[in-house]
Amino acid sequence: MTLLVDVRHRLGDFRLDAGFASDGGVTALFGRSGSGKTSLIRAIAGLIRPDEGRIVLDGDVLVDTSRDIFVPKHRRRFGYVFQEARLFPHFTVRGNLAYGRWFAPRDAVSDSQDRVIELLGIGHLLDRRPANLSGGERQRVAIGRALLSAPRLLLMDEPLAALDEERKAEILPYLERLRDETKVPIVYVSHAVHEVARLADRVVLMRDGRVVATGRVSDVLSAPAMNSGMDRREMGSVLSGVTASFDPPHRLATVQLQSNVLHVPNSDVAEGAPVRVHIPARDVMLAIERPSGLSALNILDGRIETIVEDSDGMVTVRVDCGGDVVHARITGLSVERLDLQPGKPVFAVIKTVALDPR
Amino acid sequence: MDWFTLSEEEWTAIRLSLLVSTVAVAASLPFGILVALALSRGRFWGKSILNGIVHLPLILPPVVTGFLLLILFGRKGPIGAFLDQHFGIVFSFRWTGAALACAVMGFPLLVRSIRLSLDAVDRKLEDAAGTLGANPAWVFLTVTFPLILPGVIAGMILSFAKAMGEFGATITFVSNIPGETQTLSAAIYTFTQVPGGDMGAMRLTIVAIVISMAALLASEFMAQALGKRVNFE
Repeated sequence: MTLLVDVRHRLGDFRLDAGFASDGGVTALFGRSGSGKTSLIRAIAGLIRPDEGRIVLDGDVLVDTSRDIFVPKHRRRFGYVFQEARLFPHFTVRGNLAYGRWFAPRDAVSDSQDRVIELLGIGHLLDRRPANLSGGERQRVAIGRALLSAPRLLLMDEPLAALDEERKAEILPYLERLRDETKVPIVYVSHAVHEVARLADRVVLMRDGRVVATGRVSDVLSAPAMNSGMDRREMGSVLSGVTASFDPPHRLATVQLQSNVLHVPNSDVAEGAPVRVHIPARDVMLAIERPSGLSALNILDGRIETIVEDSDGMVTVRVDCGGDVVHARITGLSVERLDLQPGKPVFAVIKTVALDPR
Repeated sequence: MDWFTLSEEEWTAIRLSLLVSTVAVAASLPFGILVALALSRGRFWGKSILNGIVHLPLILPPVVTGFLLLILFGRKGPIGAFLDQHFGIVFSFRWTGAALACAVMGFPLLVRSIRLSLDAVDRKLEDAAGTLGANPAWVFLTVTFPLILPGVIAGMILSFAKAMGEFGATITFVSNIPGETQTLSAAIYTFTQVPGGDMGAMRLTIVAIVISMAALLASEFMAQALGKRVNFE
């Protein structure tokens, strides 16, 4: 699967001029609100007709303004999950699920209805009306409805933004299963860094209608481009690992990274399951001696790779801890006091509480 | 209850009224939906003019509407002559003319009601249906129409009630011919014009009240049943 997007569009004073390529998996369009990510995904869906540009999926040209091609939304077969579920109030859950399936081509390959219902855990809701569902349940049904339309591409426009924290935490595991168990490529719009860190394979970072960076999640979320692209507080490292063990009395889990073990708050993942941990750079402390008598559970020893100073006197230090790269945001004063330099061995201290995914 | 036995002529007037009203509503419904769609969704030059023309029968004296119909749809009228020659449809002094007059008089009520419910439809739902693969016609049939159905039914009941009571435009356009164009209202009027006709007028008045009441209850009932089905969030 290859998706090529290159769109220019004016909406009042706002100018969108953005493009990216995706070859499957989850591509996150990431940026602050007003950065143009929703306009971009709406253009991909066919809900906006761009002034100029091209959108091509696997050689199938959907938009090419130079050749006057514009495939209307109902012929694109792109599933779209909106911020609000947009379920049809006059159908039951079953009817809503059947709706997408009905318009899908007969020979289209899609997951079976039973599998989608099982995947999203909505089997007990089938005979209910949308009005009688909770926000999280509605959004799960909306995802199921989009999946059953046998989409060639699944577009998700901040599907969790309208939900409270608890509901978000309820749906995220379903989205992870979706990513891992179905083969539908996904374009995921979000302004929440932890969602992107958990779900995306690739990130397209947007600002003011333009793409400022693209690349792997761990690269983009820690790159200096983040500084200009979004809230600095959200900058950080994304580390991949496997859930190694649980400590039920303390409600903790350990995650085996490349060469370190990280204590994280217990989230409902199975043992041996692959997980990603987003470590906000501002929650990482550095020490030049191994600290003792400290409440923080995670102390990783490593070596400084680079030190980058920002315009406002803060410093981002990149530390390689045996293959697990951690970023720390500290003050310029601390760098001077500790005499930090590239190559110097340091200890990165990370509070487990800072890794709470909620 | 002897006084309440309806004569053959009275039955004819009642049957004719029901026929005329039903045909008027049924025939104007497709046009009503199209015009409501154009007014609610369309962006075109002359939209307010169309809106004005649709609402004209509501504010014009019914006699004026009837006279205009006579000029336009009479045998010699431009539209009437055309329909007569090409389709064999004749309106003047026929029950079809009464139905036309009733349809025109009820049309603003029908359009208004449908348009209001169209305006209230969440267009985001239509977008969602489109991304699921439904073309615009299917979107209308499966999403928009079910959502505006309560408004459509309310409009139909209103225009049916208007047709049952329509008098001025009908009598001006197609006169008051027993068995052909003499509807319930015209029959009541006729009774009041002859000495000793009060009893007959009263009988038909009771019938008119019963029919109107039944229509009102039916619309209430349907609105409730639909309200349960279309449970808006």
